[in-house]
Amino acid sequence: MAKSALLKSSIGKKYWMALTGLFLCLFLVGHLAGNLQLIFGTDLQFNQYAYFMTSNPAVKILSYVTYFSILFHAVDGIMLTIQNKKARPIGYVKNNAASNSTWQSRNMAVLGTLLLVFIATHMVNFWAKMHFSHMPLQQQEVNFQPMPGMDLKAQGINTTTGGMVYKIDQEGKEIYFDKVEGELDVRNNKEFYTKGTDIKFAEGYKDLYKITIEFFKDPTYGLVFTIFYVFSMVVLAFHLMHGFASAFQSLGANNPKYNGLINGLGKFFAIVVPLLFAIIPIYIHFIK
Amino acid sequence: MALDNKIPQGSISSKWTDYKDHIKLVNPANKRNIDVIIVGTGLAGGSAAATLAELGYSVKAFCYQDSPRRAHSIAAQGGINAAKNYAGDGDSIYRLFYDTVKGGDYRAREANVHRLAEVSVNIIDQCVAQGVPLAREYGGLLDNRSFGGTQVSRTFYAKGQTGQQLLLGAYSAMNRQIGRGKIKMYNRHEMLDLVIVNGKARGIIARNLVTGEIERHSAHAVVIATGGYGNVFFLSTNAMGSNVTAAWKAHKRGAYFANPCYTQIHPTCIPVTGDHQSKLTLMSESLRNDGRIWVPKKLEDAQAIREGKKKPTDLAEEDRDYYLERRYPSFGNLVPRDVASRAAKERCDAGFGVNATGEAVYLDFAAAIDRYGKEQARIHHLDENDSKLVYDLGQKVVENKYGNLFQMYYKIVDEDPYKTPMMIYPAVHYTMGGVWVDYNLMTTVEGCYCIGEANFSDHGANRLGASALMQGLADGYFVLPYTIGDYLADDIRTGKISTDLPEFVEAENNVRSMIDHFMNNKGTHSVDYFHKKLGKIMWNKVGMARNEQGLNEAMDEIAALREDFYKNVRVSGTADSFNQELEKALRVADFLELGELFAKDALQREESCGGHFREEHQSEEGEAERDDENFSYVAAWEYKGNPREAVLHKEPLVYENIKMVTRSYK
Amino acid sequence: MNLTLKIWRQKNAKDKGQMVDYKIGGIEPDMSFLEMLDVLNNELVEKGDDPVAFDHDCREGICGMCSLFINGEAHGPDRGITTCQLHMRKFKDGDTIYIEPFRAKAFPVIKDLVVDRGSFDRIQHAGGFVSVNTSGNTQDANALPIRKDNADKAFDAATCIGCGACVATCKNSSAMLFVSAKVSQFALLPQGRVEATERVLNMVEAMDNEGFGNCTNTGACEVECPKGISLENIARMNREYFAASVK
Repeated sequence: MAKSALLKSSIGKKYWMALTGLFLCLFLVGHLAGNLQLIFGTDLQFNQYAYFMTSNPAVKILSYVTYFSILFHAVDGIMLTIQNKKARPIGYVKNNAASNSTWQSRNMAVLGTLLLVFIATHMVNFWAKMHFSHMPLQQQEVNFQPMPGMDLKAQGINTTTGGMVYKIDQEGKEIYFDKVEGELDVRNNKEFYTKGTDIKFAEGYKDLYKITIEFFKDPTYGLVFTIFYVFSMVVLAFHLMHGFASAFQSLGANNPKYNGLINGLGKFFAIVVPLLFAIIPIYIHFIK
Repeated sequence: MALDNKIPQGSISSKWTDYKDHIKLVNPANKRNIDVIIVGTGLAGGSAAATLAELGYSVKAFCYQDSPRRAHSIAAQGGINAAKNYAGDGDSIYRLFYDTVKGGDYRAREANVHRLAEVSVNIIDQCVAQGVPLAREYGGLLDNRSFGGTQVSRTFYAKGQTGQQLLLGAYSAMNRQIGRGKIKMYNRHEMLDLVIVNGKARGIIARNLVTGEIERHSAHAVVIATGGYGNVFFLSTNAMGSNVTAAWKAHKRGAYFANPCYTQIHPTCIPVTGDHQSKLTLMSESLRNDGRIWVPKKLEDAQAIREGKKKPTDLAEEDRDYYLERRYPSFGNLVPRDVASRAAKERCDAGFGVNATGEAVYLDFAAAIDRYGKEQARIHHLDENDSKLVYDLGQKVVENKYGNLFQMYYKIVDEDPYKTPMMIYPAVHYTMGGVWVDYNLMTTVEGCYCIGEANFSDHGANRLGASALMQGLADGYFVLPYTIGDYLADDIRTGKISTDLPEFVEAENNVRSMIDHFMNNKGTHSVDYFHKKLGKIMWNKVGMARNEQGLNEAMDEIAALREDFYKNVRVSGTADSFNQELEKALRVADFLELGELFAKDALQREESCGGHFREEHQSEEGEAERDDENFSYVAAWEYKGNPREAVLHKEPLVYENIKMVTRSYK
Repeated sequence: MNLTLKIWRQKNAKDKGQMVDYKIGGIEPDMSFLEMLDVLNNELVEKGDDPVAFDHDCREGICGMCSLFINGEAHGPDRGITTCQLHMRKFKDGDTIYIEPFRAKAFPVIKDLVVDRGSFDRIQHAGGFVSVNTSGNTQDANALPIRKDNADKAFDAATCIGCGACVATCKNSSAMLFVSAKVSQFALLPQGRVEATERVLNMVEAMDNEGFGNCTNTGACEVECPKGISLENIARMNREYFAASVK
């Protein structure tokens, strides 16, 4: 008797494509909700959200599932594509495939590869910066009651505890302090410690908002980035146009009663989600 | 050699049971040492292969197609008869037996037909157990419909694809045995000779159609299940590859060929459109349940329709001649096939044909659409006087019943049969004649069996609709597996048959020289050229109506054509490769011999019975006149080097249980 | 009608093969596509050339023997038909028609347009049956009522003619529609449920071993299938396979 092969068999591979794909669809919804704060929220809200996404343990687990899904979806997809190419060593001289299937359904691998490239650049642009690089902390002009002997140029830095740390440029030197605690040490470019101790006082929000705005408003490359992002969302739309409903079929959900609903939902999702994503860079570049 | 049909003694209803109880059996350990070759994998061959393998024999099965699933049984549309009496309309084994003998115009063997009716019930049980999706009613039980020539509903069906579903059932049973290693399957192989060792069939010579290799295969028994020879007419509803070769080679090696002239011309086929035509398409007989057949009453109307000046829908009701309803009021459009076909020919010969060639009649569903529409309107409390509504409702009912057939017609003819009546004309469909077999289905060559349409079968001079599938499966599943055991029981100590025996060498050389002849013949015409010529002779002179002069001419013309063929045929390609022209040449060579014997048989049978109609023997009204006194026998022909010289052996037909009467469907 | 035919010619399995052009005249709209090829072959034979080899048998759309990829589509431009049911009225005078064999690694070319579809048979050997013996000593056919809806769906799946158009059409040369039709037929009937687990596992394994590609749900197979076998069957097989795998 044959052994089941949930990983190796052709059908097993499809389950994984479908499951990871649908999970990534959920991820998209979450990601989009966050990103929309770039338009509808304040910079603080956005940076708070960004901090939450990188620090909350539950989100951490989800993010690892997402990394895994992207990688698995990509690797599995590539393996399937290689196998599929091998299954027809000699192609047709004339193939009128448009008469029986949609363009996107035949080009999922191409679309997926483009998306992978996009994801890579996207992660370099934002994710890596957020995680690994020195990044400015979100600052704002504040009304500051001057203390004796202090310069007036002070700025407030929002912290994760909800309070504010102040920063003063004093003769080229930056001093951070809290009204109660007094002067603070800064470590890792974002953590504030009670001076001379290892007691962490607070953490400042990395200013992802600023990075994002500057990215798309960059005087030389801003337009290119915007176009690239919009293009990638068009690619995503086509990928989803086939992928969403296809995942249900792979998982065995095909019932004439509900097919209309699934297909309709798939089309809606494939258009609305990428469209909203694409509006953000356009909005930033042209309007903000 | 005197013909011994080996019919067991005893009463008709217990004969088969008693016989089975007393025949020899082979024990399982011995069965695996016994090889059986089965040629052909249709309903008969496929079911026999599966069953013999199931029993433990070592089976080798051969088919010329690329898979057993493609055998032409697959094309049977209408259904399969069985005396289940699920409909509770008075059916019984006896009635099926009686209807079959009567439908066959009293030219079938009583004992065989009764056995067929007995096992018919097992077939349905077997097929359902195998997962064959036969049509069901809403209660979940099997549905039945009625067919020509009977007054009960005993036909089980799977839409218009009953043959396909039953064949796939047999194919699945074969697959199970192939998967278990019990059947060795040889696809794309064609049997080209039978090998006889010490008077017993011990193997075949087959050509591998892919490589061209000539192969020797030995066995303890050989079963021929290669179907009918309707393609002798070139145009028929048979598959393009259907051929008589295996049966004919057996005939040339000593198997008698019985009743070759009994050919069924099916009344409802799509008419021929021109010379290019390669094949005729059947429209299921089930259409006659609802369709009414007619031609114009007036010659001038027929003329106008042929010239395209009038449409059938232009003709008023009183200008139409529903000739079957007129001539046969009690069976109407559901008369047996031979009767319906001849009636169509009679009308067309008289000048009432309706397509450009003048060889077509109408099969009209307007009345059925109207009737069903009104019925639906009543059911749903709608206005039955609204003709548009009634038409739509009725059209839907007809579509549910026959949708796939209507679509098929539309694709071929390019006319919408819902709007304008279908055109139909009779076409060669089935051959009741075939290799003579005894009660055990063994031919006159010991150890060579013949089953299904290939044998001269249980249908006498005419086959009723939905009985071919029944016979094929009965032979393969339930009859041969018993009777062949009785023969093979003596072979348990024989051991493997060597393919190096001189008989194999001789047969192989025989095949090779034939192939060499064709390959080296630098002729001028393709095989099809000769096949078409043969078909024309057959259709015009040995077709639906035959007479002495025409038959004599046909014999001479076929003999001359055969000579011309050997001289002038051109076969391109090579012998040791895939070569479809060579395949055709080898098949047509045998048709050219069979055709002559066919005419000879028709000539000697000076009566009209079933599918055989001699113009000299008809009543004033044009009905067939049988001659029971002189022709109540099976004509079995022995090969003597030339079809013309074949020697006639008569097997008398004795009717102990059914009284022979003139068949009347009036 | 006068036509230009571009036909794949390949002497045998090992030959490389190429497209060859033929001009043909005197074609009538009422001819079937295969009859048009008959005309061509007759001309070739009488000239002493090797005729174009193509599979065909019943010529009424049921045996599944005919194949051909015509103008980029399995069984040609019409729907719900096999090549033998395609008529020349679907083409215009002066048309160029591409005729190629069904392409797939699992369908190697034998000659010209003839391919070997034995892989389909081998998949069926792995489980395309109900394991009952053929004695006829089973229970009465009506002892097992079956919901008409299921019986009808099983029938629809069972109408597959095994022609291979699904594989030929699929950009991945996947055999899922073919395999799922058989799996579905039996999965829908109580007779077949008994060994449903083994059947689906064995048949899918056999399918994978034959070198067919994977299904990516393009749906092309369903469109080109001469019998209109539904994608629902593939979904059903996906369910069946999962259920069988976790058992």
